[in-house]
Amino acid sequence: MKGVTTGLNAWLLQRVSAIYLLLFIVTMPVLLAFLDVSSYLAWKNLMANPFMAVTWVLFFVSIISHAWVGIRDVVIDYVHSFKVRIIVLVILALWLVAMMIWVMQVLLMSQGGAV
Amino acid sequence: MLNKPRPVFLNLFQIRLPMTAIASILHRVSGVFLFLAIPFFIYLLQLSLQSQAGFESVLSITRSVPLKLLSILLLWALMHHLFAGIRFLLLDIDIGISRSTARISAWLVSLTALLVSILLVGVCL
Repeated sequence: MKGVTTGLNAWLLQRVSAIYLLLFIVTMPVLLAFLDVSSYLAWKNLMANPFMAVTWVLFFVSIISHAWVGIRDVVIDYVHSFKVRIIVLVILALWLVAMMIWVMQVLLMSQGGAV
Repeated sequence: MLNKPRPVFLNLFQIRLPMTAIASILHRVSGVFLFLAIPFFIYLLQLSLQSQAGFESVLSITRSVPLKLLSILLLWALMHHLFAGIRFLLLDIDIGISRSTARISAWLVSLTALLVSILLVGVCL
């Protein structure tokens, strides 16, 4: 396997996503505390803002890439049978791809703003 | 050479792990918790953006007792993963790699994570 599933690339992806996640997790709650998210309309309109949309999309791209490298390391450490390892990794990869499609649908569907 | 059987001793109840190892394994355990939390988080986000009723049901779900207990666990997982993660990033660039510093920082991140979680639970829940 090549690309993000091996060596330095995976290591780098893990670190780059970690830094974005760190920044997002520290700043987003503070930002939300200062903005109005008390009602459905306010929350929906806020999430329809392009800046919010982009930062949230990047957050989920980061979290899912980060989760992939992390869970892959866990599986490689504990699942020693090569066959079982590949099967487990394929299931987890498909799971994460499904999560990504689902959350992109959620975030993009909310782009129209509240009517 | 490679096929020579080596003595293996893996009794976790008798191996005394140093704090660095404990912080490391907690980083992994918290990572797995956070992995499992992903679909629930997406579900709540979807519900909150779907409709007025969905938004309100997210508020009532997050106010329920079982979810509060779960969110305390997840908050700790996130805090431990975050602080221990910062420690690993610093270790990557050769900051704090001596054994004594690494042991101190392992205590520091683990206790800070616990403390910040308790503080956040006190403030937010």
